[in-house]
Amino acid sequence: MSSIKLRAVVALSGLALVCAAQVARSEAAVPKKAAAPAKKAAPESKSAIAAEFEKFRDIMEDASPAELFEAKGAELWKQKRGPKNASLEKCDLGLGPGVLKGAYVRLPRYFADADQVMDAERRIVYCMVTLQGFKESDLAKQPFSKGSHVPDPVSLVTFVAGQSRGMKIAAPQKHPREREAYKVGEEIFDYRAGPWDFSCATCHGDEGLRIRTQDLPDLSTKKGAIAAFQGWPGYRMTGGLMHTLQWRLNDCFRQQRFPEPAYVSQTLSDLMTYLAVNANGQVYKGPGIKR
Amino acid sequence: MDQTRRNVLKAGGSAGLLALLATAGMLRSEAALAADWNQNAFGAKNLKDAFDALGAANRTQSADIAMVAPEIAENGAVVPIGAVSKIPGTESIAILIAKNPTALAASFDIPAGTDPSVSTRVKLAQTSDVHILVKANGKFYETKKEVKVTIGGCGG
Amino acid sequence: MADPMRIRAMAKDGEVVVKVLMAHEMETGQRKDSAGKPIPAHFIQHVSATWQGKVVLSANWGTAIAKNPFLEFSFKGAKKGDKIQITWTDNKGDKRTDEATIN
Repeated sequence: MSSIKLRAVVALSGLALVCAAQVARSEAAVPKKAAAPAKKAAPESKSAIAAEFEKFRDIMEDASPAELFEAKGAELWKQKRGPKNASLEKCDLGLGPGVLKGAYVRLPRYFADADQVMDAERRIVYCMVTLQGFKESDLAKQPFSKGSHVPDPVSLVTFVAGQSRGMKIAAPQKHPREREAYKVGEEIFDYRAGPWDFSCATCHGDEGLRIRTQDLPDLSTKKGAIAAFQGWPGYRMTGGLMHTLQWRLNDCFRQQRFPEPAYVSQTLSDLMTYLAVNANGQVYKGPGIKR
Repeated sequence: MDQTRRNVLKAGGSAGLLALLATAGMLRSEAALAADWNQNAFGAKNLKDAFDALGAANRTQSADIAMVAPEIAENGAVVPIGAVSKIPGTESIAILIAKNPTALAASFDIPAGTDPSVSTRVKLAQTSDVHILVKANGKFYETKKEVKVTIGGCGG
Repeated sequence: MADPMRIRAMAKDGEVVVKVLMAHEMETGQRKDSAGKPIPAHFIQHVSATWQGKVVLSANWGTAIAKNPFLEFSFKGAKKGDKIQITWTDNKGDKRTDEATIN
């Protein structure tokens, strides 16, 4: 995407306090004229700030509040719940009923029983519906953490993700439907639309972009894609809320002024397939901390 | 005034009292412990009032207190703060945040056998000096550091 | 009822390092809800840690401690297999005690 267009968008956005509008190339953020004299006065370089953030994030990840939700998810997994009074212990996350170790880093994948490519949250919801008798429409009513409300699937995804801590990401591409999901995901990633003519790639398809002090990884590259996978599900310091990748991607749609996808929709499974496959081979550190 | 004095005395005597009761095998109830919460110190709207309510109007700046805190915090809602006192006879460690609506964030009593070293995470309403106050042998020592708070992006 | 704490207590070089995460809103009383009504303060005021009936740490907290609080401290004397109890009490009188084995 041309930086001219991007700058035009930034300029047009005026007072709109929306993240997407504040994406700026480093050089575009400072007027050219002021750049030379301002150089010396710059108090901290961007990389020094990023290093400081990283250092303290590591300290926090050593004892992450995400652990509280992991523990809660572990309890929910075992408990007999729902209209069918069943636990989730027979839920097949792709490696066989009840197999948890390494399941998260091998998702999304194709499930023959549902005839769909499903990501972790979608599969867990599928299990809650088929095994426990919950209604998907009920689960979709308030699917994201807010205030003191933490939806059960959020804790369950956090628990399941924790069972792949330290393992290599290996999202499969064997089944034709999995390859199709990747392709569709890639198209969604690059699809420009909405009142600001944005795509995911506008913010995440180039090196060196940032919003305020936050670096924006290029998710189309191997190095960048791990940033989309890593740290989710994540404990967001803002609001102190546990969120899944489902929420994060949904919020990207909202921030781009796109219609938001339905909860656990195919659209997000496809997008997650694109991101996970791009991150393949890299080590997943487990549920993390996000800003 | 009397109320203030009583609370200050309570706060000051709490570590010693705990140790005493512990040795006697008479742990106080949680309700009694909570009652020890120094309303005047925790309710103080500024740094000076908080120090005064803690009985720490007179303090010595000390290089023997180490603070672990970010120069610039990624998010003011969760700022890791660690405090280590190398002052012999450290009885308590407190964390105060100058520009918060109420300055006193936490106070830790350090019984004998426990390291004078604690870590927690605090909220900063804005960029502010963070103070560590140490009480040792009845005297107060202090160090401070500025922590900058930034505004973030989309929340990735 | 409050969710359980996560307590990690590890013996190392004659010391026990204790790390605790507590599930609590730590509401400051400064915020307003969407209707503009102030949200009442709700926060942990007191935390204590005991080992063999001895208080090894006692803390008083204000509203500035971050949501889902973290606490780390270390003490001498305990060994692997010993138990440690952590108790918090909040300003509404709610309390919770959890126990962990030192490893």
